[in-house]
Amino acid sequence: MKISFKVNGAARELDAPPLQRLLDALRLVLGLTGTKEGCAEGECGACTVLLDGEPVNACLVPVGQCQGREITTVEGLGAAGHLSPLQRCFIDHGGAQCGICTPGVLISAEHLLRRNPDPDDDAIREALAGNLCRCTGYQRIIESVRAAAVLRRADARDVGDPRDVGDARGARDVSHDRQEAP
Amino acid sequence: MNRFTYARAEQVGDAVSAAMQRRAATFIAGGTNLVDLMKENVARPDHLIDINRLPLQQVEETEDGGLRVGALVTNADLAYHPLVEARYPLLSRAILSGASAQLRNMATTGGNLLQRTRCFYFYDTATPCNKREPGSGCPAITGQNRNHAILGASEHCIATHPSDMCVALAALEAVVRVTGKGGERRVPFAELHRLPGDMPERDTTLEPGDLITAVELPPGRFAEHCTYLKVRDRASYAFALVSVAAAVELAGGTIKEARVALGGVAHKPWRDRTAEALLRGKAASTEAFQEVAEALLQDAQGYRHNGFKMALAKRAIVRALGEAVSGRQAS
Repeated sequence: MKISFKVNGAARELDAPPLQRLLDALRLVLGLTGTKEGCAEGECGACTVLLDGEPVNACLVPVGQCQGREITTVEGLGAAGHLSPLQRCFIDHGGAQCGICTPGVLISAEHLLRRNPDPDDDAIREALAGNLCRCTGYQRIIESVRAAAVLRRADARDVGDPRDVGDARGARDVSHDRQEAP
Repeated sequence: MNRFTYARAEQVGDAVSAAMQRRAATFIAGGTNLVDLMKENVARPDHLIDINRLPLQQVEETEDGGLRVGALVTNADLAYHPLVEARYPLLSRAILSGASAQLRNMATTGGNLLQRTRCFYFYDTATPCNKREPGSGCPAITGQNRNHAILGASEHCIATHPSDMCVALAALEAVVRVTGKGGERRVPFAELHRLPGDMPERDTTLEPGDLITAVELPPGRFAEHCTYLKVRDRASYAFALVSVAAAVELAGGTIKEARVALGGVAHKPWRDRTAEALLRGKAASTEAFQEVAEALLQDAQGYRHNGFKMALAKRAIVRALGEAVSGRQAS
């Protein structure tokens, strides 16, 4: 099946079985190996990419469902030499250790910060709930995202970054999802 | 994973007739549960019918003031829909307490209704399981059963239904629109899922070829006084040990109608109208809520590791009803 879609802003076309995993299409066909395979069953979030701006697990998405849609992978956030503020913060604050979960975490965090430029720690934790990390204990990841939020707000003030506009959906994430077991 | 063929359906009728031609055909929408089950070799369809192009993506108001939700509306889009947030906050809340953002963005309304249990033995093809291989036995009854049912179970299966969304839909008395062999029909939510009995392999009353096309919500009466309380091992991204969807309609200081649906305790979202009726015409009080909780759990039976759920469910019911009446969901 011929599938054409946009990956990190560039039009791509490939001939693939419709149920090929988006994860394999990205890694094996398009050579975008930044997206990682973890559990391969939708639990760990290592393969998180943005599909039309929303995070999904690429291991569960048949590439046939991506016709005409837009994918953003970790390669779309920044690259060596010109990392995004979010990526820089993960280096500066020790948010990345073995690196397997990091691309997925970055994507989920990027999505959060686009929607909610000033998240509190609970909002950060909830946004990253679908991304499991076996190294960091999460605290440094939270700190990295918090630092990135500060940096992005400062950048937005300097250059008027249009991405830094929250909307109701991101803000709602926080109030709905905070819940403690009694 | 077994070999299978794949086709896209462009119309509801074509999807249904394609599904009836092959015994092991199955529909695929978001795929968040099915793809997983296929990888684990638990689901072994020989033909997949991709229904993602069917025109079932709309959320529309119905003539009676309710809402019709197309079967392909994603869980995320439904939870954040302005009309759902305004009129059915119970549903928004329940959906957002389940899964992760990644999964909610792909999972669909119809698929959520049809997701399979997360019983470990069902997923582990090295063990017997009456739901997966009828007649092979149920190791959960004497094995690891901390997450299992305390109500309505049978000697053949003690699995629970995993959905949060369905618990809210049970409380709201949604209606499921189904297209099948005999055309279109409407199934009351309480009649969609079934108890395991001696056929635990059947989760629902749907027949081969049946396709869920929409879920209809009656006019919202509980927006002011409802809550979804989910008790679980982690604060996020975990299935419910016990969950409670509570919705109350008040007239003056007294309760006109109360709905209480439980998740994590049975093979289907659990309701007991007789127990709910105990609240009708009463003033809201902890004592009245305790009475309902006792009535709802009176036939509960615990197993080796899940007896705690009985006390937990009762306390969760009392707390959820209190929050619903006060109109203040604890965060």
